[in-house]
Amino acid sequence: MPNAPIGRRRLLRTASLAGAGAITGFPTVWAQNIKNVTLRQFGTGVSNLNAIAEKVKQDLGFTLQMTALDTDAVTQKSVTQPKSYDVADIEYFIIKKVFPTGVLQPMDTKRIKLFDKIVPIFTTGKLTPTSQVAQGTAPSTVAFVDGKTSTKFAAHPTQWATLIPTIYNADTLGIRPDLVGKPIRNWKDLMDPAFKGKAAILNIPGIGIMDAAMVMESMGRIKYVDKGNMTKPEIDKTIAFLIEAKKAGQFRAFWKTFDESVNLMASGEVVIQSMWSPAVAAVRSKGIACTYQPLAEGYRAWAGGLGIAKHLSGIELDAAYEYINWYLSGWVGAYLNRQGYYSAVLETAKQFMSADEWGFWIEGKPAQADIKSPEGKVMEKAGSVRDGGSFAERMGHVSCWNSVMTEDRYMVQKWNEFIAA
Amino acid sequence: MKASYLQAAPLALILGVFLLLPMLVLLVVSFFDYDSVQIIPGFVLTNYQEVLGSAVTWRTYLNTLRFTVIVWAITLAVGFWVSFYLAFVVRSQVTQLVLFLVCTIPFLTSNIIRMISWVPFLGREGLLNTALLRLGLIRAPLEFLLFSDFAVVLAYVHLYTLFMVTPIFNTMMRIDRRLIEAAIDNGARSWQIIAHVVVPLCKPGIAIGSIFVVTLVMGDFITVRLLSGGQSASIGLMISNQISLLQYPAACANAVVLLAVVLLMIAAILRIVDIRRDL
Repeated sequence: MPNAPIGRRRLLRTASLAGAGAITGFPTVWAQNIKNVTLRQFGTGVSNLNAIAEKVKQDLGFTLQMTALDTDAVTQKSVTQPKSYDVADIEYFIIKKVFPTGVLQPMDTKRIKLFDKIVPIFTTGKLTPTSQVAQGTAPSTVAFVDGKTSTKFAAHPTQWATLIPTIYNADTLGIRPDLVGKPIRNWKDLMDPAFKGKAAILNIPGIGIMDAAMVMESMGRIKYVDKGNMTKPEIDKTIAFLIEAKKAGQFRAFWKTFDESVNLMASGEVVIQSMWSPAVAAVRSKGIACTYQPLAEGYRAWAGGLGIAKHLSGIELDAAYEYINWYLSGWVGAYLNRQGYYSAVLETAKQFMSADEWGFWIEGKPAQADIKSPEGKVMEKAGSVRDGGSFAERMGHVSCWNSVMTEDRYMVQKWNEFIAA
Repeated sequence: MKASYLQAAPLALILGVFLLLPMLVLLVVSFFDYDSVQIIPGFVLTNYQEVLGSAVTWRTYLNTLRFTVIVWAITLAVGFWVSFYLAFVVRSQVTQLVLFLVCTIPFLTSNIIRMISWVPFLGREGLLNTALLRLGLIRAPLEFLLFSDFAVVLAYVHLYTLFMVTPIFNTMMRIDRRLIEAAIDNGARSWQIIAHVVVPLCKPGIAIGSIFVVTLVMGDFITVRLLSGGQSASIGLMISNQISLLQYPAACANAVVLLAVVLLMIAAILRIVDIRRDL
């Protein structure tokens, strides 16, 4: 990062300006005190990175403590131990369950300097003015509440945000191009008899069922009103179909953790399966061909953001806003973009990325030189093009978002039936 | 009198706080209600209704019991003969001790590692399939080796046979050799000696080994998940799924039922064999 020092100085300046604005009249006292502030953040492993905590200490002066948990544990901790954290790094589909319990406070978007620059997926829900809002728990539907003390989601953008978006991506199927032996174009290819005993699906009910729904629709077996919020008969039909496929021996395995999916793919046990973007990168880093295959029906997307605990006030609250503003200001964005995720404010991240990196990750252009991960490991050789292409092509083809269904409990019960069948 | 209470107090305290209390909590929570984010204190029977009323539970229990019976039979057969060899065929005590220690070598690594190491061995492109293919013994990789019931049973047997060997070997070593000489003097054939002298005297060891194996297999969730590739279910796995989905009351109800079933099985074993008699 040749331009990092300049960026840092610029950041420090903005940081102190914001500080002066936050505590009226006593910027020096504030600057002294903030060094003693410790913010406790927790969230999923994807974005709870030590590199971020170190950079916060360097740029903002205060301490950020991070705890990385899995998605289920995040939900649980956020609701049952609201005093144990200050900043929550939560996925949007989880916020649908969590925010109504009142453990987080609505955030004043007027204090978020780059709020207007945030990708519109998170505000209006539309990437471009003509695009449709996808099915499932679209972030825009749970991004705002009515007022400063409200826990009721607002249909349109208001001044009060539940989360400030930080990270998101579009998921699809991963394939072994050397072993599938034919072009893969649709979600229904997961059920292709040619891949009998060589396909896998993830065993996390809320996400697995969505992948199954994409497959069902692609096969023309069903047309969901909303895949992200199925009715009981729709759930029954989907699970019956999965059980049928399982009994016919279509699946080699069901995976639950990131590394299981990497091993299944790398060992050749499976040639087509639900996968996450960094898992594809991990398979490739072993020198094994693996493609994050774009499919005609579109992607299943997910997004996460930062929320502030209800109990936070005073200087800690100011520090939290400070931190969130810093988060959007580019350094973290570039870091996340370089891992294959997307950042909420793209234009600030661009300043921290080389033209080649920006071209490869965001614009879908062929890499001019080797593309490296934030840790400096070569991820892609010069000349390669990102699977799925540019930001607009990938995020513009989101078919549904990860979601929580009204019939959640019923769905989980049925899913267990599928696994036990 | 007072001294003996004091002596028993530390253990009683530990068992009370770390065993009885958690079990009590388990029982209480199993009657609570829940939604997708929180546990709601109360007294509802829905958790038990869902556990006992669902065909999935019954099928899963059946599957778990099937695993238990198969694994128990294999570990018993293997365990008995290994112990027999150690106790009666090997003459020198030093060799006995050395061979017994050899049996424990796999236990120098963790349970999980021993389990996972089967994956690269049995896989489609694993060591075994590659070897068989190269030798020309098979034309296509054997798929049933990994992510199948076969793999699960294999791993269980590998993991738990020693739990059978140790108690059986222990009881065999206590058998008075004069009894066997007497049997020989009375004209017993070798199979008669085994059937009428060794096996009856080994019963406590067999019972203890069986209790180990049965409880371990009944409560397992990780072996089933890793080696069946998520294709097979066990009660433990069902509970672990419910915990990860924050359905604690349902998981508690399931655990209480499992506990009851396992206790009944142990009671049955103890009913058949009086393990105290010969210890």
